[in-house]
Amino acid sequence: MSILIDSNTKVIVQGLTGKTGSFHTNQALDYFGTQMVAGTHPRKAGESWTADNGAQLPIYANAADAKDATGANASVIYVPPAGAAAAIEEAIDAEIPLIVCITEGVPVLDMVRVKAKLDKSNSRLIGPNCPGLLTPEQCKIGIMPGKIFKKGSVGVVSRSGTLTYEAVYQTSVEGLGQTSAVGIGGDPVKGTEFIDVLEMFLADDETESIVMIGEIGGSAEEEAAQFLIDEAKKGRKKPMVGFIAGRTAPKGRTMGHAGAIVSGGKGDAESKIAAMEAAGIRVSPSPARLGTTMVEVLKG
Amino acid sequence: MNIHEYQAKAVLKEFGAPVADGVPILTLDDVQTAVDTLPGPLWVVKSQIHAGGRGKGKFIEAEAGEKGGVRLAFSKEEVMAHAKAMLGNHLVTAQTSAEGKQVNRLYVEDGADIATELYLSLLVDRETGRPAFVASTEGGMNIEEVAHDTPDKILTLPIDPEEGVTEAAAAQLCDALALDGAAREDGMNLFPILYKAFVEKDMSMLEINPLIVMEDGHLRVLDAKVSFDGNALFRHPDIMELRDTTEEDEKEIEASEWDLAYIALDGTIGCMVNGAGLAMATMDIIKLYGEEPANFCDVGGGADAEKVAAAFKIIMKDPNVKGILVNIFGGIMKCDVIAEGVIQAVKETSLAVPLVVRLEGTNVEKGKEILAQSGMNIIPADDLDDAAQKIVAAVKGA
Repeated sequence: MSILIDSNTKVIVQGLTGKTGSFHTNQALDYFGTQMVAGTHPRKAGESWTADNGAQLPIYANAADAKDATGANASVIYVPPAGAAAAIEEAIDAEIPLIVCITEGVPVLDMVRVKAKLDKSNSRLIGPNCPGLLTPEQCKIGIMPGKIFKKGSVGVVSRSGTLTYEAVYQTSVEGLGQTSAVGIGGDPVKGTEFIDVLEMFLADDETESIVMIGEIGGSAEEEAAQFLIDEAKKGRKKPMVGFIAGRTAPKGRTMGHAGAIVSGGKGDAESKIAAMEAAGIRVSPSPARLGTTMVEVLKG
Repeated sequence: MNIHEYQAKAVLKEFGAPVADGVPILTLDDVQTAVDTLPGPLWVVKSQIHAGGRGKGKFIEAEAGEKGGVRLAFSKEEVMAHAKAMLGNHLVTAQTSAEGKQVNRLYVEDGADIATELYLSLLVDRETGRPAFVASTEGGMNIEEVAHDTPDKILTLPIDPEEGVTEAAAAQLCDALALDGAAREDGMNLFPILYKAFVEKDMSMLEINPLIVMEDGHLRVLDAKVSFDGNALFRHPDIMELRDTTEEDEKEIEASEWDLAYIALDGTIGCMVNGAGLAMATMDIIKLYGEEPANFCDVGGGADAEKVAAAFKIIMKDPNVKGILVNIFGGIMKCDVIAEGVIQAVKETSLAVPLVVRLEGTNVEKGKEILAQSGMNIIPADDLDDAAQKIVAAVKGA
């Protein structure tokens, strides 16, 4: 099993004809034949896009047309920041169940508007400002490098792209492999939080352990820790390794990710680490020891 | 992006918020205009720097006198005397470094008779994903301390973006600030005005500390601190014009021109990393092994050789840098491209400090080969632990 995506997932691309969209769609097609089924462009309906491997993807005017024509159940968005919120709203209106927005730099008040709309819909949004998600040997949505993955038993969830790669690479090297990896993104207002993904990993039979990578800013890690404590009381618990980036970050500065800022006396690394440890997560002081720490935890 | 108090007040005034009349001072010639325009009998001369705690701050230069960065004047001559004392000198506050910040601008305002000081701010509440007001009767204080010591004195009120500030919400804020009479009427008007300004101008923070009730019973915005969402500036050219680059670190300005996320820090080990999370983690691990990072630097996912070289040069501009750690996990970025950028930069900057490079990901073997064959003194590392230990050892041995 896996979470959110598998070999049956059919993906449309909003922003397929741009440089980033084209590059990553080629990569996805090459990754165990991820079903990339169509693209959208308001003025290129009826045209088609040719992949490096010769595959032809039809272009539709919008997400609704693309979904109707192809039966797609996921959309990935590579639209520039100014139009990204509108692209997400278009996908919500088309009732696409899974929407993944890779775009970095979406204005936060645009996301406030999107989130209000999302809350009233049946769609799930991953991101924005995220690397996407991947289920090994089945489906890749987004920009994660496919070749570091290995089919296996660890669920990975992270606010950071490159730290997701570290966790994936290290658990592959240790021979554990992954069920799925989800990058929820580095923005302050986003579609999916740790709790949502942790719930799915706890419910997934093949996921035997979980790596959770957080960073400074906000209180999502503390909320996730409380969720894990509550679930453990109900007997739902899996071995977990964690990491928090930003122990040395100065207060009041935005550290690359729009959401990575210690402000108003909130969001510092130490309180997150303490909360995660209280929930039974083994928090590694080094991002280079996520894989080895997981091996130790699993040995007991 | 941050702006000065006088700019923030001008923006809020456009939306109809009650602010005092005032005149910004860029040179001493402007002082005459200020005293001619503002009737007195009380003036306030305020230092304009991007840092809080100005009133309780202290100037480094003796000629600036013992008083802080915000001074009362009871005559036109006194306005001039304060302006002369403060302009061009360096103000140290709880939020600046020990060197302080040079005061290049002042703001002269009509004085107000203060009856009560209150706290009011607007920000995006991450838990609800909505803009939220934060209100407290404890004005003029550090709100973080109030939140810590007496959390019951603070109301956080998220606003539904589809409804805006309802009458009920405005009334709730009035209650939290204990407003009555004219001040309550002012408040019912003010909260929707502030919300409108916040949303229309894509602010990330709007803080009024203090909001005051004057002796005449009316509300006034006495201080205003506003910052804007950098990602939304493309649709606010008017706000972009308010940027004061003299308030920013020179290296950070150059980095922003290259679309690099760079933050100058106090340590000795320069870092160049791809990805914000990994860049923070790299700083953390340097500290873990006993040294301090000199900067945060995220070159992003799509950096090419030229951008890598630019990042390198910016990092080297910091005279405290005693060694550099390059840490790249190439997902989109190819390691051979990074390696070529590093070599180009080492040549161009005639690098004289130890350099440790850790590469992982796409084309990693090719990248390592390029570095090894360059004939340069580059220390290769296998993982982040190894890299951090090697750079710390190299810097300590030097």
